[in-house]
Formats: sequence, C-alpha cells, structure tokens
Amino acid sequence: MQSSSAVAGTAGAPPLPKLAHHFASLEVQNHAARLGMWLFLATEILLFAGLFVIYACYRFMFPDAFAQASRHLDLTMGTINTLVLITSSFTAAMAVHYAKEAKNKQVVVMFVLTILMAMGFLVIKYFEYAHKFHEGQLPGPHYTYQGIQLPGVAMYFTIYFLSTGLHAFHVIVGMIVLAWVTTKAMRNEFSYRNYTAVELGSMYWHLVDLVWIFLFPMLYLI
Amino acid sequence: MNELMNNILFLPERASTFAERVDNLHYFVIAVTMLSSLAVGTTAIFFFFRYRRRTPNQATEYVVPSVKTEFLFVVLPLIFFLTWFVIGFRDFVWVSTPPKDAMDVYVMGKQWMWKFSYPEGPNGVNVLHVPANRPVRLLITSRDVLHSFFVPSFRIKMDAVPGRYTQIWFEATKPGTYQILCTEYCGLSHSKMLGEVVVLSAEQWDAWVKEQRQGYLANRQDAPADVSLVPHTARMSEQGQKVAAEVGCFKCHTVNGEPHIGPTFLGLYGKQQTMQDGLSLRVDEAYITQSMMDPGAHLAAGFPNVMPTFQGKLTGPQTAAIVEYIKTLRTPDIRTGASSQGPVYEPIQ
Amino acid sequence: MSPSSSIAAEPGAVPVPDEHHDHHPNYLVDGTTLKSWLLTLDHKRIGVMYLIWVLLFFFIGGIYALIVRLELLTPGPTIIDAMTYNRAFTMHGVVMIFLFMIPAIPGAFGNFMLPLMLGAKDVAFPKLNLLSLYLLLTGAFIAIWGMINGGMDTGWTFYTPYSTHTTTTVAPILFGAFIIGFSSIATGLNFIVTTHTMRAPGITWFKMPLFVWAMYATACIQVLATPVLGLVLLLVVGEHLFHFGIFDPALGGDPVLFQHLFWFYSHPAVYIMVLPSFGVMSEVVATFSRKNIFGYRAVAFSSLGIAFVGFFAWGHHMFVSGQSTFNAGVFAVLTMLVGVFTAIKVFNWVGTVYKGAVDFKTPFAYFCGFLYFTVFGGMTGVAFATASLDVPWHDTYFVVAHFHFIMVGATIMAFMASLHYWFPKMFGKMYHEGWGLVSAALIILGFNATFIPQFLLGNAGMPRRYYEYPERFQALNVASTAGASLLAFGFLISAIYLTHALVFGRRAAANPWRSRGYEWMTESPPPTHNFVGPQPTYPEEPHFYVDPKKAEVPDAV
Repeated sequence: MQSSSAVAGTAGAPPLPKLAHHFASLEVQNHAARLGMWLFLATEILLFAGLFVIYACYRFMFPDAFAQASRHLDLTMGTINTLVLITSSFTAAMAVHYAKEAKNKQVVVMFVLTILMAMGFLVIKYFEYAHKFHEGQLPGPHYTYQGIQLPGVAMYFTIYFLSTGLHAFHVIVGMIVLAWVTTKAMRNEFSYRNYTAVELGSMYWHLVDLVWIFLFPMLYLI
Repeated sequence: MNELMNNILFLPERASTFAERVDNLHYFVIAVTMLSSLAVGTTAIFFFFRYRRRTPNQATEYVVPSVKTEFLFVVLPLIFFLTWFVIGFRDFVWVSTPPKDAMDVYVMGKQWMWKFSYPEGPNGVNVLHVPANRPVRLLITSRDVLHSFFVPSFRIKMDAVPGRYTQIWFEATKPGTYQILCTEYCGLSHSKMLGEVVVLSAEQWDAWVKEQRQGYLANRQDAPADVSLVPHTARMSEQGQKVAAEVGCFKCHTVNGEPHIGPTFLGLYGKQQTMQDGLSLRVDEAYITQSMMDPGAHLAAGFPNVMPTFQGKLTGPQTAAIVEYIKTLRTPDIRTGASSQGPVYEPIQ
Repeated sequence: MSPSSSIAAEPGAVPVPDEHHDHHPNYLVDGTTLKSWLLTLDHKRIGVMYLIWVLLFFFIGGIYALIVRLELLTPGPTIIDAMTYNRAFTMHGVVMIFLFMIPAIPGAFGNFMLPLMLGAKDVAFPKLNLLSLYLLLTGAFIAIWGMINGGMDTGWTFYTPYSTHTTTTVAPILFGAFIIGFSSIATGLNFIVTTHTMRAPGITWFKMPLFVWAMYATACIQVLATPVLGLVLLLVVGEHLFHFGIFDPALGGDPVLFQHLFWFYSHPAVYIMVLPSFGVMSEVVATFSRKNIFGYRAVAFSSLGIAFVGFFAWGHHMFVSGQSTFNAGVFAVLTMLVGVFTAIKVFNWVGTVYKGAVDFKTPFAYFCGFLYFTVFGGMTGVAFATASLDVPWHDTYFVVAHFHFIMVGATIMAFMASLHYWFPKMFGKMYHEGWGLVSAALIILGFNATFIPQFLLGNAGMPRRYYEYPERFQALNVASTAGASLLAFGFLISAIYLTHALVFGRRAAANPWRSRGYEWMTESPPPTHNFVGPQPTYPEEPHFYVDPKKAEVPDAV
C-alpha cells in the first residue's frame, strides 16, 4: 500500500518518486497506492464493525446494565481524548497541505505534533485503564466490581476493553507509520509531485480518529 | 410410490405429520434437481457431439443471447426456486409454530445425554415417552455446549443452546421406538449421545402416566389418595443423584462414560461386566447394592479395590435411590441400534 | 513482432521463443539461485510458489480425509480413537479450507494469469504479493505446529462454547488462521487495485477475460469479509485463553451471536472458493469450444451478483439454531438469488458450446464434471434454502455431500482444469493427454462414488462428525470410503504424469490450445517482464473465434 510508492524513493532525496517498472506512469502508481489504501481502510472499518455489532446485540440484551455502566466511564477524560484526537487529525491534514507545497519542515512539525497528541491520548487512556483496573472492572474471571448489580455489566466492560484496546493498538500502529513518514520528510522528500506517503499516512490517521468518533458516543454517551 | 421414493432416497420411516409434509417437498425438489442435471448434461453431451471440432483453427459464429433468452435463463430457475420457497417456508413456519394444545416437554442436552422432564412430574434420561397423535412441543436447552436434537423418523431437528430455550414441535403418527441423535458436534462422545423416543398409543400413554405417578407416590409415606393432587416433587432418581453427590460417589465415578478411579455410571446398569476373578456378571440392582455395601466382593476388572464400604452410612431408601439413579444412566447400545429393554424410569414398587 | 498485430494471425502463431533466450530468458530460468525464487517480486514465480505450497497442503488435507474415511469403514472404532478422529476431521476442514481452497486458485493461477490477462507487467503491489505468500506460510506453520502439539477437536466451524472450553490447542491454530486471513486480504486488495489500474490500453472493463471478472468479485469478498473473521478468531482465541465471556452463556454471552459473525465471513468464503472456479471454467469452455462466451455480460455480472448477495445469505446456516422465523425467511429468499445467478452462469456455459467447435481435451473433461457438480450441488443448496428441508438435513451427511459437491467439487474440477489448461503456459511443457483423460475420469467417478452415498446417508439421518454410528449406516459408509480410494488413486495418477511431464514433457508451443485468451499472447513460459518488445494491442475481446473474413453479424438466439 503505502510502501509501493514510498519505498520507491531511494536515498539522495530526488524530487520525484521512483516509478516502479510495472507501472505505466506516476499517476497510475499514485492512483494504485491511494486505491489500495482506501481498500485497506475498508477492511479496518469492517474489523471494527464486528465489534459494533457485538455491542449492539448486547446493548439490546442488557439495556439497563449498559446504560448504567456507560455512566460509570470517565466522561471528562473521554471528552478530552476526543478533542485531542480530532486536533491531531487536523495537524495530520495540515501535514498533507504542507507536503503539497514542498514545505518539508512544516510537515515534520505537524507530524511531530500529531504523534505527541497520540501519546497524550494514550497517557489519558492509561489513567482511565488504571482506574478501571483498580475498581476490578477487568474482563472475564478478573471482574470483581460490585458497584452495579445487574447482569450484563461485566459484558459492557469486556466490550469496553476490547474495543478501546483494539483502537489503542491502531493508535500505536498509526504513530509508527507517521514516525516513518516523518523521517522521510526530514530528508526533504516531499513535493507537489510526491506526497502520496504523507497523504496515505494521514488517511490512516484519520481512520483511527474516525473509529474513535464512533467509539466515544457508543461507550461514553449513550 | 412414496415407499419407492423412500427406498431410493434411503429415507427412514415416516412417523410424524411433519415428515409427510417435508417428504413431499423432498421428492419434488430432488426430482427437479435430477431432471435438470440430466437436461443440462444431455444438452452438453449433445452439443459436444453435434459441434465437434473439424479443423484446428476452425472459426465459429458469433452467438449472443437475445434479451428473451437471458430473461428465460433468469425466470425459469426463479420460478422453481420461489415455488420451493413458498412450499418450504410454509412448512418451516408450520413446524416452528406449535399448536396451542401441544403438550410440553422440557429437553436438556448435556455432555452426553438427553434429559426430559414433563411439567406434570415424571422425567427421565435418554428416553422420551410421548403419546401418538397428539402435538408435543419440545422446549430445548443445554447445560454446557451446543447440542442438536434430531429424530430422523420425525424429520425434526433443533439446536440446544445453553442460556436460552429453543422450541420445535411434532405429532407422532404411529406408536413405536425412534432414535434420537445429536447433530451438533459436542465433544468426545458426540456420536454416543443417543436416545430414543417411545411413542405410545393413547391407552398405553395413560397407563404409563398413571404408573409413573404411582411409582413415585409409593415412596411417599404421606401420599395423598388422589393422584391428581400430587405436587411436583423430585423423583427418586433425582434424590439418588443428590445423595450420590453428597456421599462422594462422583469423586471416583463419572457419569459421562469416561472411566475414572471406578467404572463410569453411564451405561453401567444392565451391562455384562467382567470381574477381576474372571467372572462375568450382569450389573443389576443386586450387584449395585452389593458393591456399595461390600465393594470387594466382585471387583470390576481393571479397577483398584479402593472403594470404602457404605454399610451403615446409607439408609435403605438412599441406597435404593442411588440404584435408581444409576439405572437412569442406562444408554442404548449405539452400534447395534438395539433399543433398550424398556423405559428407563420404571416404577418403583 | 506483436502477436496480435493482425486480426488474421492464427492463434498459436506466437513466435517460438528459443532464439530470445539470451536477451529475454523466460521467468523460470531468469535467476536460478534459491534467493532469486524466495525473494522474487515476479508475480509468476510467486504464483508457482503458491502452487507448490497449496499442492502440499492439499496433500496434507487429503491424508486427513483418508484417515477419516478409513475410520468410518466400520461402525465401531476402526483405526483410531475418538479424540484422534475428532482432530482429524477438524484438521481436514481447516487445512482444506484455509490452506487449500481459499488460496489455491487466486494464489497460484490468479497471481500468474491476472497480470498476463490484463497486459500488465506485474500486479500493482509486488512486495505485498510476496508478503501475502509469506503470511500464508507463517499462518500455516503456526497452525501446523498447533496440530502437531495437541490438535484441535472443534470442527472447522469452532462453534462456541465448545471451542472456548475444549482442552485441545485451539489458540495457535486459530491464530494461524487469523494470519492466513491477512494473506487473503492482501491478495484480494492487490487484485482489485491491479484490475483497476493495470489494464493495458485497449482492455476496457467489458473486454476483460471472465477469469479476471471472477477474480475481481472474489477479491471484493476477500477484502470485505475476512476482517470480520479476523475479529471473530481473535475473540475466540481470547475467550479460550482468558475467558472474556463474549460468547460464553455462563457469563451472559450469546453463542448464536458467534454463529452470526462466523457465517458472515464463512458464507461469503464459500464464494471465495467457488467464484475463481467459475472464472477458470469460462476461459476453458471458450478455448476448447472456440466460441465467444454466450452472454459475456451476464456471466460477468452474475459473478458480482453472487459476491454481493453472498454477503446477505449467511443466516441459512442457522435455520435450526434458534434464530427467528422471519430471519429464516429473509435469508432463504436471498439464498435463492445466489442460485439464480449460478443458474445464469450454467446456462451461458452450455450456450457457449452451442455452435462451437469442441475439442475434448482434459480441461474440457473437467469442465463436464464441473457442470454436473455445479448443477447438482447447487440445486441441493437451493433445496436447503427452502428452510423446511433444512430441518431434517441440517448437520447430517447431506450437508457434507452438498458442500463437497458444489464447493469442493467445483473447485477441484477448476483447479485440475487450470492445472492442465495453463500447464504449458506456466512450465512450457505438455502433459500426456491420454493419462490426463484417464485420471480426469477416475477423479470425477471417484468423487461421485464418495459423495453420492453421503447424500443418501444424510437422508437416512446420519449426523456429521460421528466417530461411531449405528450399524444400519455401514453399507453406505463403505461405499463412500471405496469411492474416496478411487478419488485418491485418480489424484495419484495426475501427480505422477504431471511430475513426469514437468521433467520429460514435450516442449509446448506458445499457444498449444490455439486460444485467443490474452494470457496466450506472450511466449510460454513468459519472459520475466511478461512481454517482449512493445506492449501487445487488444483489438478484440478475449474469447473471439469469428472468421475475420466473414462479416461480423452477431447471431442472436
């Protein structure tokens, strides 16, 4: 996906990406990379869709337990996290803007900001998790929480940990991808002819953000 | 005609009202399937011979179907498929919707046996008694993993899902004994999880129900004179299971067919057991009682002599209850398909 | 010289490449070191490596099948104990489905042929292509490690709660399947992008060979369905290791929800397995009857139709699982639509032979078997979808026979047909036609002899996954085992003469079948970059056998 166009750029920071031998033109190569990324994002959405379906089913089976348990999450931390992620998506989008203008320094700044916000997100998530661990709201046999006595509450927290955990894993992967694109920006690789890697990296980051925008109301608000 | 079709298709005996409905659709569908395979096959073969290649680089005409032809290709199968759907789905709704006057039986699957209980009292393991010509609704659940309740002669099947009840109903049309098979893979002894449905005629059924009620009433000292006033109480075999658990039988004896420190209780009763001293005994009430009181007297081959005596630890009724419990764990011999000698819950006199 | 520069050029008149060896070596000899194979980015070499591996996996799965069939020879224990038997049929399913049928035709022949058919030099993402092969192998080795160290006894459907409670090694095998899922996604993604972006000038969407259409539809399913399976596999592994309780009724979970999620992937997965074979057969029937495909667009669109409707038919696996009657009705009707789309294809294939010029070669023999298995197996599938017939048949040997006919029968026929049809293209050698026909006859006969008794066993009421069975089922089981031996013997013959042909086979002409398929427009075997000289042009559709001297008047039927 992102590799085909990005890896093609070899050392020496050429202004143009290398055209792989099997592509007819650069346009086709970039089109292919972008299409591949969109398809990959579709698979990611379906991966989370499974979790959403599971949530919907159990919400239907245990409506009261889920409503009460969701009140028990830390809405403040969740809201801050949402804002942090949306802002980071903005900086990622700005990076694409600067990459098109060949302002590689700004690209680096924007991506570093994005990665810092991602770290911030994870730190806040860590505090949320620590609180849950402390209260014994862990999934499965480790669940010892006695606060809400309804069947299905344990299921709610299991789904909470599974979905936020899977999302956090995607945040970490996104950070690695962005860090890798940042190193390329440091080598002044991007220009209006060659910004596919930046674009794809930030597309992935938008997906991570988008998934959270669905998870947040699902787990915290409704 | 139907008999002939049944023989060709290897269908088992038809013994329920649903079987008759579903078999008719079966004949229709299979006949059309075979005819259309044949038609496609013959057409293809005819074309192969009619249009053999004459020269290596033979050119052919450019043939494309007209809209009419393509329309026919779509509509022809669609008509058949939708007809089948209408017939089939009507029957499916019919078999999923029990009539209001149906008699209820609760079915519980567990590894690896079926338990049946009737709201009015009696219950049993692996043998289900039902009256003929009366709708019976089965409320099915499972205690551990998924099972599926299947009676080939009735053509009915329903999964037993832990944590919820599923239902299906049938109306048996002729008295007899029919095999129950488990069709949802449930572990090691999945293929041994067999039972049977005993369909009784109206008179036999009444007699059987009466016998059942008398059977457990006889064990109650405060038995009321009027049988119909009897409250639902645990049957002797259930008491036996409770006692067996209390005195610790299950520390050494399993009920799932696996040998442990002692022989398994599953299928023990009625079995021809080889003893350590070479003797071969049929396991009956006497042998089970003796084994509880004097375990070393006839030791089953392959098991250590470690069982303590329960002489004085069990009262007479408790001993009888345990014997009765072990009797409910009888299994039909699956390989020969031979039915067991009679209902498992024989009345206790 | 471009092979299709003239319409009148005889198909088969592609330049014989022996003089070009120094400049444009064919892909087989261009680099002979092990590294040049293992780290190759050439789609053809990756395709060949896929072929070797899936054949090995097919062999392993076949051994398991024979163990299962031998065990069922007698009603009681025959050669193995119950636990071993339960592991054997599980591993037969897992290996055959995840390691053979899903990757076989897309991985081996799709990789090899798709770029050739599109006039491309390679797939869009060659590195991803290589990665998908190694993901498959990684997953396979983890799964095989799990098989050796304990095995799994849940059946390939690994229904909860049994799969989360069994003491066998569920985790590594399912984790292996999870990784194989990524391989499948990567292949599908690669094919979609390739089809969209790599078509040579002149190949419009409606001039693509039907194999490409079928691969495209398959790839769509792979990309959209596999992630859900990935999630389910992860959850089951998690349940098994940590007892989350998502599907455990003891903790409030719902095992039927698992079935919904599982079949949301696993029903479309059936079409991942069978759609490529539809594609192969469209090519084979056109080539061997020298005819344009009757109703090209109908066949192309019905592939997409099957892919689309296939996503909304999963509930027909659960008619007796306790879902609502309304659900059952909706899923039943949608399943019927799959049947209609398949019927359209069947009629059009038969129509293709009409007024054709048939040459009865081995691939065509497999096409005949394929037609039969598809019609009979497909219509029994529609019979299941009536819902009421599913009640007695569900989880009996009738199901086993049905899906072996439609899914396995069709796929095996197509796999063998493509192996023979493209053998000269891939290896530049000819196999022995006589032995080809003999083994095709044996395989088709053996297949019928194995599975027709199983249809009858299902009617008689024998449930699947039974280690022991009542004595009345024995005669049919013996017949089925005998058929399986015949089938195995047929495959053995194929293996022998194909291996022999690989080494000693007669040198193949560039286009031995005189096909007009686009993949035959280059040398056999093709050079590393697929085409020598200028890009070929594509003035005609890929299944075009009209005499150029005659006026082109479409003959409508």
